[in-house]
Amino acid sequence: MADLFEPRIVGFLCNWCTYTAADTAGVNRMKMPPNVDIIRVMCSGRIDPEFVLKAFALGADGVIVSGCHPPGDCHYSNGNFKTFRRMPLLETLLAQYGIEKERFHWGWISGAEANKWTQLVQDFTDQVRALGPLDWQRELADKV
Amino acid sequence: MPKLKLGLYWAASCGGCEIAIIELREKILDLDAAVEILFWPVAMDYKYHDVEAMPDQHIDVCLFNGAIRNSENEHVAHLLRKKSKVLVAFGSCAHTGGIPGLANLYSRKSIFARAYLDEPSVVNNDHALPQTSYAMPEGQVNIPRMYNTVKTLAQIEDVDYFVPGCPPQPHQIWAVVEAILSGNLPAKGSVVGANDKTVCDECKHTRQEKRIKKFYRPHEIIPDSVSCLFDQGILCAGPATRGGCGALCTKVDMPCRGCYGAPPHVVDQGAALLSAAASVADASTEEDAARIINEIVDPVGTFYRFGLPASLLHRNRIGST
Repeated sequence: MADLFEPRIVGFLCNWCTYTAADTAGVNRMKMPPNVDIIRVMCSGRIDPEFVLKAFALGADGVIVSGCHPPGDCHYSNGNFKTFRRMPLLETLLAQYGIEKERFHWGWISGAEANKWTQLVQDFTDQVRALGPLDWQRELADKV
Repeated sequence: MPKLKLGLYWAASCGGCEIAIIELREKILDLDAAVEILFWPVAMDYKYHDVEAMPDQHIDVCLFNGAIRNSENEHVAHLLRKKSKVLVAFGSCAHTGGIPGLANLYSRKSIFARAYLDEPSVVNNDHALPQTSYAMPEGQVNIPRMYNTVKTLAQIEDVDYFVPGCPPQPHQIWAVVEAILSGNLPAKGSVVGANDKTVCDECKHTRQEKRIKKFYRPHEIIPDSVSCLFDQGILCAGPATRGGCGALCTKVDMPCRGCYGAPPHVVDQGAALLSAAASVADASTEEDAARIINEIVDPVGTFYRFGLPASLLHRNRIGST
């Protein structure tokens, strides 16, 4: 049944901002859906587009990339510049693959914005749940 | 000493790989002296039943070019695997899917519709589409079934070696032939006839790591012959492509198109090239970045020109185009 579908979402979060926000949300026992599997990376600029593609290929229904607000918040001064140069191109690429743009979110959440994180997790989970499973491998296997 | 028994086959390919073998020029005589060709549909009159009649592992080395596009390609791939001691995926199509692999942006249905119904030069009043079998007065006739998804040889069969290139360069082919004849072959699954470094390593252009304000397509600019094509705003696949061709394209100031596939340790060539392309954009705001990046037309076709079937996602979702 469609309303039982629990999406599997992979979140690539930068250590210094969004991961800190997620950590703060967890420590404060703020309520949010358990659907996001977080992978902590040192910087959102470290997130190779390959990571996102691999997440989708291996069964993720949605992917979140989140780092420090540009300009200036980045712990490494301009790592997030790489993020905002790459992610729009990755968005176009995913559209060509036929992956709905609602399945991929990228943006900025600072360490102080735990509320924003919980809100994103809630909204994004609902959004991906409404789209249904992506199930990339089955998509390929079904049809020769 | 008995001659080495060689088989050559083309699946979904253009024939360029066969031309590349002819490009060995006078060395083709050395090749002929050293090997006995048992099967080569493009040049010699052998039939599939000749191959079927061979004992298993009768062919010493089979150079298989072309992607797997239909049931005939797949059938012959399985047959040649059975009859060959060593199966080599020869050229970009067999290695990573090649240009035919770009059909993975479409489905069989949409390709048929375009080719047989919508194409302006086609007159097809009966809306006839290819059928895999048809009853003729003389009996049932069958043609191979075209697949939705183009596959690489290694996705359907066990492959011993990979020779990349569109087409593989003759000096590299000869190096592979010599390695086979001397028995001096690397570990199974190796990419042979190529380098472990990227095309940039062989390129004459000088990289200065400039940031660029605008991307140009090759026909929009006459590049200079000294500085890096990427620095000039041309999307060049060199940084994400295995070397070994001698940087043929950039030698004449055309950007590398990526035919030798991903260098070692890169899983997804297109993602690596996307990263490289995005990182040269001279943008310090999100708006600037989006504007420059949006000038790139057809990211999948550009970044995965020769390797969509071998990429992480293999194809787009059927029905999305």
